[in-house]
Amino acid sequence: MVKRNKVELCIIIILMFILPAQTYAMHIMEGFLPLHWAIIWWVALIPFLFISTKKLQKSIQESPDNKMLLAMVGAFIFVVSALKLPSVTGSSSHATGVGLGAILFGPYVMVVISFVVLVFQALLLAHGGITTLGANGFAMGVVGPVLAYGLYKGLKRIGLSNGGSIFIAAAIGNMSTYVVTAAQLAIAHQDPITGFYGAFLKFLGVFSLTQIPLAITEGLLTVVVINILLSYRDKGLVEIPNIKGGYQQ
Amino acid sequence: MIKRPFLTNLILIGIVIALVIIPLILHNDAEFQGSDDRAEEAILEIVPEYEPWIDPLWEPPSAEVESFLFALQAAIGAGVIFYWFGYMKGKRKIEKVA
Repeated sequence: MVKRNKVELCIIIILMFILPAQTYAMHIMEGFLPLHWAIIWWVALIPFLFISTKKLQKSIQESPDNKMLLAMVGAFIFVVSALKLPSVTGSSSHATGVGLGAILFGPYVMVVISFVVLVFQALLLAHGGITTLGANGFAMGVVGPVLAYGLYKGLKRIGLSNGGSIFIAAAIGNMSTYVVTAAQLAIAHQDPITGFYGAFLKFLGVFSLTQIPLAITEGLLTVVVINILLSYRDKGLVEIPNIKGGYQQ
Repeated sequence: MIKRPFLTNLILIGIVIALVIIPLILHNDAEFQGSDDRAEEAILEIVPEYEPWIDPLWEPPSAEVESFLFALQAAIGAGVIFYWFGYMKGKRKIEKVA
């Protein structure tokens, strides 16, 4: 029985790559979370927004270089979240870009920056929404950056190189945002028969495959940007917080 | 110190470009729809009676306007990023002269 299930799973995965599949949103659209869930996620996000504002002010005061570097980190998110890239499943999705800033400045700084990008997209592009901003902000601005930062620190501690740690941290940080989004949708819209898990797997199953190549793309781009930053640092032009040594170290 | 950062970055960007192009070749008949419009269908599949209780305040009236706004977003971001790179390049020149 177990073996048959595995074979079936393999076939499904292979089919997903071959057949053009449809995927789910990274940002939950306006009105697609019931009111009480919209409020719960807003309430969950507000303390992080508060901490984030304090941390942003502190980072800017610490070093004059940080102000421009923070602007660049925000701009990176702006660019990658505007570019919807085709994926192996035959549909398109976009990266989040939050790993870069989280690795450089710690996770909390990214809450406000993600929030600003999400407001822009909700108001001007009808991409995401104001009522769902709490949930989307939590997935993109809190969970993604915290995981990316934690992974970077952890992988460095067990002896992985800067390049490898940054790649994995940014890629997994990207994936985690989508996993959380799927969970948020599944809690709010449980399957009548299979409950939360059934709905969660349904939301997760299809989009996660689209997201894997995009997570790899995000990981690679994050390494590229940090490589450039480090080469300027090595010439003594700028201070880069949080990273010691080059990418092979 | 980073050894040959330019070459490393060139290879990494090459992989990124390949990751974008390969799906286009592999699925030359696919529509590459945005994942964002799919959420609605997914929810309606699980909870058929669900109706969104609020609409977006404003929606881009056409795909052209939407892509204009996305392009604008990317352009603003790219502008800031390359301002930073240019600033660093200029700073390096000044420090060489001084």
